[in-house]
Amino acid sequence: MAYNLKQIIAEKPSRFTAGHRMCAGCGAPPVARMILRALKPEDHAVIANATGCMEVSTFIYPYTSWTDSFIHTAFECSAATESGVEAAYQSLKRQGKLPENKETKFIAFGGDGGTYDIGIQSLSGAMERGHDMVYVCYDNGAYMNTGIQRSSATPKFADTTTSPAGTKIPGKMQSRKDLTKVLAGHHLPYVAQSIAVNNFKDLYEKAEKAIYTKGACFLNVLAPCPRGWGYNTEDLMQINKLAVETCYWPLYEIIDGKYVINYKPKNKLPVEEFLKPQKRFKHMFKPGNEWMIEEFQKEVDNRWQELLDLEEITNKN
Amino acid sequence: MSIRERLSGNEAVSIAMKQINPDVVAAFPITPSTEIPQYFSTFVSNGAVDTEFVAVESEHSAMSACIGAEAAGARAMTATSANGLSLMWEMLYIASSLRLPIVMSLVNRAVSGPLNIHNDHSDAMGARDSGWIQLFSENNQEAYDNILMAHRIAEHKDVLLPLMVCQDGFITSHSIENIELLEDEKVKSFVGTYKPEHYLLNDKEPIAIGPLDLQSYLFEHKRQQSEAMRNAKRVILEVSEEFEKLTGRHYGFFEEYKLSDAEIAVVCMNSTAGTAKYTVDELRKNGIKAGLLKIRCFRPFPAEEVANSLKHLKAIAVLDKADSLNAAGGALYEDVVAGMFTSNIHVPTINYVYGIGGRDTKSTDIEKVFSELSTVAKTGDIGNPYRYLGVRGEN
Repeated sequence: MAYNLKQIIAEKPSRFTAGHRMCAGCGAPPVARMILRALKPEDHAVIANATGCMEVSTFIYPYTSWTDSFIHTAFECSAATESGVEAAYQSLKRQGKLPENKETKFIAFGGDGGTYDIGIQSLSGAMERGHDMVYVCYDNGAYMNTGIQRSSATPKFADTTTSPAGTKIPGKMQSRKDLTKVLAGHHLPYVAQSIAVNNFKDLYEKAEKAIYTKGACFLNVLAPCPRGWGYNTEDLMQINKLAVETCYWPLYEIIDGKYVINYKPKNKLPVEEFLKPQKRFKHMFKPGNEWMIEEFQKEVDNRWQELLDLEEITNKN
Repeated sequence: MSIRERLSGNEAVSIAMKQINPDVVAAFPITPSTEIPQYFSTFVSNGAVDTEFVAVESEHSAMSACIGAEAAGARAMTATSANGLSLMWEMLYIASSLRLPIVMSLVNRAVSGPLNIHNDHSDAMGARDSGWIQLFSENNQEAYDNILMAHRIAEHKDVLLPLMVCQDGFITSHSIENIELLEDEKVKSFVGTYKPEHYLLNDKEPIAIGPLDLQSYLFEHKRQQSEAMRNAKRVILEVSEEFEKLTGRHYGFFEEYKLSDAEIAVVCMNSTAGTAKYTVDELRKNGIKAGLLKIRCFRPFPAEEVANSLKHLKAIAVLDKADSLNAAGGALYEDVVAGMFTSNIHVPTINYVYGIGGRDTKSTDIEKVFSELSTVAKTGDIGNPYRYLGVRGEN
């Protein structure tokens, strides 16, 4: 069946309700809402969430935006927490202590801080153990909840409150960690990188695959932050589009080890187009800093080429 | 008829866990508790239990997974020691605040640093304010019995708190002693099945656990935890009484050994109580009225009851197997002294920090304590209240 956003919205009411306190123009809530829409309406889900913007804005006692069961414990362990929930499910199901005809699905969310950095051990452990769950990283490229501190997901040269663009040091001096590839090294049945573009088609389809593929699956979804990135709130979808069209954030999936690039722009835009509308990269556009844009472009090009190569190599046989 | 066996403390705990047949066990290896997940995973591999065993990548994840499992509606257990408990520290508080009756076997060992794998109580003492019930065990029999009683106490609707059963690393965890085991069926009916009121896997009632809990509510929630800990006192006694009917073995908040007519006494926890009992017997042969109070229930702390059982003494020594490094005495000492003060009981009481990092505590060491206590009792002068036992340099 062809993807039809209107039909999906009509048939699948949002499982992530309005009234949460995320910022206008934040990339995370549409991601969470769309991922949950990929659940079959008859299936129950248990959501785990790492401490972060999404958790503290969606579950402030005594209110919750989550209509499925939900658990938050701490910053670094949404994967381990969800792995315990899933283990309980396997055990209780096996013992006949849960209804036989009811499926429960397990989805853990974490920001890039809770995933790339402090939560990477917990994530790696849960994925290696093969729990039947999906881990979704909504990557906004810094510790936004605490006030825009750099993480290992922060792109090179970005101005953050702990990698400020100063007179001697022009922002973050290290390259961004490629977490999707780290997870690829776990040899999971399904790993994918996505973003909310094209009526959410890519995101919805990947979420559906991840949720309904048996075993541990991983989704890395870029979710821009208007405060941290410095764009106009109404430009969220435009920023997402530029991330893809410049190949800064390629859309791809790894299915049983085989890379599939889901979108190859016919006319790959220069990365400047993505950097320009964001205040965090403003200093890169000052006269004399052209080298920064060049270097950034080089990194994007190298990573894109690596991806093209991986697609070719892994699909040889 | 109970089953007579010869088991180490770790084996005894593993067998208790097998008989309980928890839904989920999540654990990580650390000396000296490693044998527990080791033995238990054999039970899993051989189909002797229904448990899902989660071989996590750290103790932080062990406790996180236990929290997830227990919140999901399962009975979850774990085992750890020392640095393992330290790594769980953040999650211990979360487990108790989410009111999840997880049961842990804590095989006590010195917390680093420097690194040491032997017994003291610095791990348990570091968790004393985490909202976990803490039961201490003199030997393998008590470790086994405490584990069998653990779920009944922790899961009680007026309690709903996690519980750790402590025993001394190597001293009891690796020593083989005689033990009486209960038949599987008796354990099954005593422990019962876990029926949580609200749980994540109930699709008919989705719930949200672990909110951002701000100024308007957190205080009340912490107060409720505190009330639960008070309620645990009553429940511990009720469950222990029922256990006694089943086994003939008596358990309370503490054990009084030749205390009622004693003039001087020591207060201690875990295996040192065995050495102290021997010493008390020896001293009594020479007409010295020595006694012992062995604490079983350290959290909740039965302050009033402890004070009441010590009130007739002429002098008391509280033995702490962990140094609080606070220039004011060990944790057990502080609790005992505060309890007596609150009850308006004034008995000269001194503190000994002892056995750190597995330093052997012999009957001659306990004799030395009683000898110094005799002096305190005679003079009424406690001298230096903060003393050390069995350490080089000035005591």
